[in-house]
Amino acid sequence: MTNENLAVRASGVSKTFPTKAGDVVALTGVELTVEAGEFVSLIGPSGCGKSTLLRLIADLDGATSGELEIFGKPAAKARIDQDYGIAFQQAGLLPWRTVGGNIALPLELHGMAKTARATRVTELAELVGLTDFIDRYPDQLSGGMQQRVAIARALAEQPRLLLMDEPFGALDEMTREYLQAELTRIAGETGAAVVFVTHSIPEAVFLSDRVVVMSPRPGRITDIITTSLGDVRDEALRESPAYFERVTAVREALHGAPVERANER
Amino acid sequence: MHRDGFTPPGWVRVVAPVAVGVIILALWILIVDVLEAAPRALPSPVAIIEEFIKRFGIISEDMGITASNALIGLAVGTIVAILAAALAATFRPIDGMLAPLVASIAVVPIVALTPILNTMFGASSQFGRLSVAAIAAFVPVFVNVLRGLRQTRPVHRDLMRASAASGMQTFRVLTLPTALPYLLSGIRIASSIAVIAALVAEYFGGPADGIGTSIATYAKSGRASLAFAYVAGGIAIGLALFLVTSLLERVATRRKPV
Repeated sequence: MTNENLAVRASGVSKTFPTKAGDVVALTGVELTVEAGEFVSLIGPSGCGKSTLLRLIADLDGATSGELEIFGKPAAKARIDQDYGIAFQQAGLLPWRTVGGNIALPLELHGMAKTARATRVTELAELVGLTDFIDRYPDQLSGGMQQRVAIARALAEQPRLLLMDEPFGALDEMTREYLQAELTRIAGETGAAVVFVTHSIPEAVFLSDRVVVMSPRPGRITDIITTSLGDVRDEALRESPAYFERVTAVREALHGAPVERANER
Repeated sequence: MHRDGFTPPGWVRVVAPVAVGVIILALWILIVDVLEAAPRALPSPVAIIEEFIKRFGIISEDMGITASNALIGLAVGTIVAILAAALAATFRPIDGMLAPLVASIAVVPIVALTPILNTMFGASSQFGRLSVAAIAAFVPVFVNVLRGLRQTRPVHRDLMRASAASGMQTFRVLTLPTALPYLLSGIRIASSIAVIAALVAEYFGGPADGIGTSIATYAKSGRASLAFAYVAGGIAIGLALFLVTSLLERVATRRKPV
C-alpha cells in the first residue's frame, strides 16, 4: 500500500523527554492521518503535546517510538526534501532583512537563481497582500503583517503541507479573524494540507475539516471531530448554527463531558 | 526614575555639554590668566592652543606614530579575537581552554608587560607597543563576539533546520548577522582601550617618538603648555576612533529585533 496521498501518517508515535527527575512522557500512542489538501487542527490544554506532535512532524525533534511518514517518506527525508513549510507563534523574521529578503530566505538557501527568486517573491507577497511592503523591514510592520510575511516564507517552496504552531496566538482578535479568513483562502488556492496547532476552539472549528482533541498527562489524542462545514469559510459561517454546534462539540470533547457552566472556556 | 517625565528638547542635549565646556574654560582662564593663582605646571588654555598650532608639525607626526600603533593593534587584536571566539563558540573544550586565559589577560595590567615586550623585540622597534595594544583590544572583542555568537533565537534555529539549511549556511545567514552588533560593540570598547594602551606603553621605553613619550619628555623639562598640547593630540586620536566605531555600531544595530 502506498501512502503518498497521505500528507501525514502517524502510527503509535510517542515522545519522551528525559529529565533529572525522570522521564516525562510528552506524547503517547498517537494515531493520526492527514489527507492531502486537508485542514486539521490540533487543540488541547497546555502540556497535551500538540506542539510536540507538530515538531515531530517537522523533524525538529525525533519521535521516541512509532512510525511517522510525510507523503510516504520518513520525517527527516521530508524535511530535507522541503515537503513542508512551517510558521511559528513568533513570526521569526530576520530583522536585518527586508520583507522580500525574508520571504526569499528558503529559496536562497536552496540555491534558486536570483531572477526566478524575485519573481516568486513578488507572487508570494501578492498572495499575502504585502506587495507594497516588500522593501520594508520587519520592525516597520505590525504583528499581523509580520505573521503574513512568515506565512509567505512558509509557502515559498510550494509545499504540499503547511505546519503552523499557534501562528495567530499573539495577535488581537480582529487581526486574528481576518488572518483566519485569509488562511482558508490561501490554503484553498495552494491546495496544501495544513496541520494547525491552536488553543482556541472557535479558531479550530472555523478553519478545519477535522479537529483533533488532545489531553495532557500523558499527551494523547482523545477525540477527532469532523466539522463538515464545507469549503467556504466566510464571516457568515461564524454566525451559523452549524458552526456553534461544532464549537460546542469540540468544547465538550475537551472537557470530557457536556459543559454546564457556559462562562467557562 | 520616571521615564515619562520631563525630556529636554533636542537642542538642550547639544547646548548643555557645550555650555559646561565653556564654563570650565572660562574658570580655567580666570584662575590662570586673571588671578594668576595656578601652579606653574598648569598653563593657560590659550597657551596650550597656541603651542598646538605652532608645533602642529611635530605633534601630528607623533600622533601618527601612536595612532598607527593603536589602529594596527586594534585590527590584529580584533581579528585574533574573532577567530578565537568562533573556535570557542563551535567547540566547547576550546571554550574551556580559553576562558581562564582570557580572564587572566583581562585582570593583568597589560601595559605592565611593556618593558618585557620591549626587551623581547628590541627597544628601537614599535612591535612591543603594537602587541600591547593588540592584547588589550583582544579581550573586549573576544568577550563580546563569543556572547554574540550565542544569541541566535530558538525560533530562528528551528527555522533554519526546517529549511534544511547546512551548518555553513546557518552560520552565514543567521549566526554571523546576529553576532555583528556585538562585534561592533566590542570594537567600540576596544578602540579606546587600544589608544590608551598604545600611549601608556610609550612611558615604558621603546623608540623616542609618539604622544606618550613626548608628554613625558616635555612635562619633565618644564614645557607644560607643549605637554598639554600633546595631551590634546592624544584626546583627538581616542575621540576620532571612538566616534568612527560608534557610528559603525549604530549602523549595524539600526534594525530592532522583532
